[in-house]
Amino acid sequence: MSISTAYLSDIMQKAEKVKGKKATFGPDIDLSYYTQYIERGKIESMESLSQQAKEAAVMTGINIKEELRSGSYLQIDQSVVYESLNRAYEGQLEIMSTTDALNNYDWLENYFWKSVPVDQDKYTAQAALNMTHGYFIRVFPRQKPPYPVQSCLLVAENYVSQNVHNIIIVEEGAELQVITGCTLSKGDAEGIHLGISEFYVKKGGKLFFTMIHNWADNFHVRPRTAVTVEEDGSFVSNYVLLKPVKSIQAFPVAYLKGDRASAKFNTVVYGLKDSYIDLGSRIILEGENTRGESLARTIAADESIIYSRGDLMAETKGYCLAHLDCRGILFSNNAKIYAIPQLVSDGALKAELSHEASIGPIAEDQVEYLMSRGISREDAVSVITSGFLNLDIPFIPEFLDRNIKDVIKATAKEAL
Amino acid sequence: MEEMLKTIDLWVTADDRQILKGVNFSIKYGEINILFGPNGAGKTSFMMTLMGFPKYKVEQGGIYFKGEDITDKDIYERARLGLGVSFQRPPTVRGVTLRKIIEIISNNGLNKERVIENVEKLNLSGHLDRGLNDGFSGGEMKRSELLQLVVQRPDMVLIDEPESGVDVENIALVGEAINSLLGRDRVKDHKRGAIIITHTGYILDFVNADKGYIIFDGRLVCGGNPRDILSEVKKHGYRRCAECR
Repeated sequence: MSISTAYLSDIMQKAEKVKGKKATFGPDIDLSYYTQYIERGKIESMESLSQQAKEAAVMTGINIKEELRSGSYLQIDQSVVYESLNRAYEGQLEIMSTTDALNNYDWLENYFWKSVPVDQDKYTAQAALNMTHGYFIRVFPRQKPPYPVQSCLLVAENYVSQNVHNIIIVEEGAELQVITGCTLSKGDAEGIHLGISEFYVKKGGKLFFTMIHNWADNFHVRPRTAVTVEEDGSFVSNYVLLKPVKSIQAFPVAYLKGDRASAKFNTVVYGLKDSYIDLGSRIILEGENTRGESLARTIAADESIIYSRGDLMAETKGYCLAHLDCRGILFSNNAKIYAIPQLVSDGALKAELSHEASIGPIAEDQVEYLMSRGISREDAVSVITSGFLNLDIPFIPEFLDRNIKDVIKATAKEAL
Repeated sequence: MEEMLKTIDLWVTADDRQILKGVNFSIKYGEINILFGPNGAGKTSFMMTLMGFPKYKVEQGGIYFKGEDITDKDIYERARLGLGVSFQRPPTVRGVTLRKIIEIISNNGLNKERVIENVEKLNLSGHLDRGLNDGFSGGEMKRSELLQLVVQRPDMVLIDEPESGVDVENIALVGEAINSLLGRDRVKDHKRGAIIITHTGYILDFVNADKGYIIFDGRLVCGGNPRDILSEVKKHGYRRCAECR
């Protein structure tokens, strides 16, 4: 049974009212420019993608052969072209488009537009009024599929507005790894990606979410993400952006509702060309003994502008502990980094919140130190840059860690 | 024996201050020389100038290594020619692990077993995946420096105060590692040359040095048997050096 029309109609009405509402942060985008709609048919396997699309997907951590994956979801422009669940894990989890999930499950009303406010801004409104699928992944109670689910949201045509709504539910005691790659198969594509993501981690559940963004010079991106974590649950997010983008603005929020819930955001950003990047994370500590950590490493090169935000907000009456660590390196006279950490303790007498923020050049003494070992200046800078961006992320799957490191290494070298 | 490294009338400034004032120095292949001198005399500056750190500007004179004029060569070029340095206080490089740097340097063909053997000998197994010098103690820093040099295999090693910041227990370990690095613990091994700066002279208990020099006020004021010099300095300090200018 699908969700009620009354609920949907309420969502639409709210969205309709804020169609013109500018977002708090980031340049305002004229959405009327992106009207192209392309209907695509299903494909048999990811291997049947065009070579260009395959290469783009691989660069975001997608395994085309679907080896070591519990399942896959692939969307190109506005169409869901491929969904699959590894047979070995049937009964452990389910994967489908959010559109199908809304048609199948009336209880999805309790999740759909429940964490991200539909009336937040014109982008949430657009995603509600013109939703073009997105993925729905649910792992059943106490199930722990050993391999990640991969999802690839690909844009292949110009002037497309890809408006996806993703929902992940990790049921009680379950664990899930997700790798999401968002990318373009045309390097010069103009368009916009609006991604609503609502994740729910139930009691004792664990969600390990990795997202790699590979956009291009003329592409705008406005993700809106909220994560709810219940008692003893944990959420880890790894976000990587190493390619130019016209503009991106996102400020995902994790609500630690249950006692002993935890959230960690790792963000790696390399600003290139005239990219406008406004990214951050907010952790709201509502339960007792909750923990949060937010680590960001940013490099601004060329004429890029980067806002690196981090909010920790303690609202619990009990103990909580959270830390922000935000570091930036500026590579160019024409680049700019704003590091904006914010700690708020709202009547949380026992909360311990801290932050460390810094912006500086690559230290010359470090470069010379490596050179004294026979390493050229260019290679020394590349090694230091890669090291700076390589966050020490625990439990990250080895192949993914290697993939991220390879991309960082190539980018660091390329940018010199 | 032929000279491996020499400086001729070397005048150097750093931050617009005259640091070295006409230093004439030479060291033969496989020799170990010790540099003594009071704080601020120019010992470290001399070493950093030999290695080519840009802060130290050669205003006059030249530096020759293995017969080649290296005065204008970049740091890494000198390193590739066979000069290596162990810093007194190396910088912290967060994010670049000791393992990573060892991997990069060991591209020169040193076999893996030899690297592992030295990692264990220098008691650094637990430090391989930490950022370079990040939170390292004084002794750990020195051992990490020596490990990198073992892997780098330079022909001439510049070692700046190997004892400073090292606790008594570790001094023997560091001393033995230097001896081994210089090929002095085995009769048949290739002998590396070295210039070692020392304040305390402890290193002389482990390394059989050939010559000693005193640097005073940017000048090389005297040379001789390193133990004799140390004994003289222990008795009278560097007061008499002013007379030797």
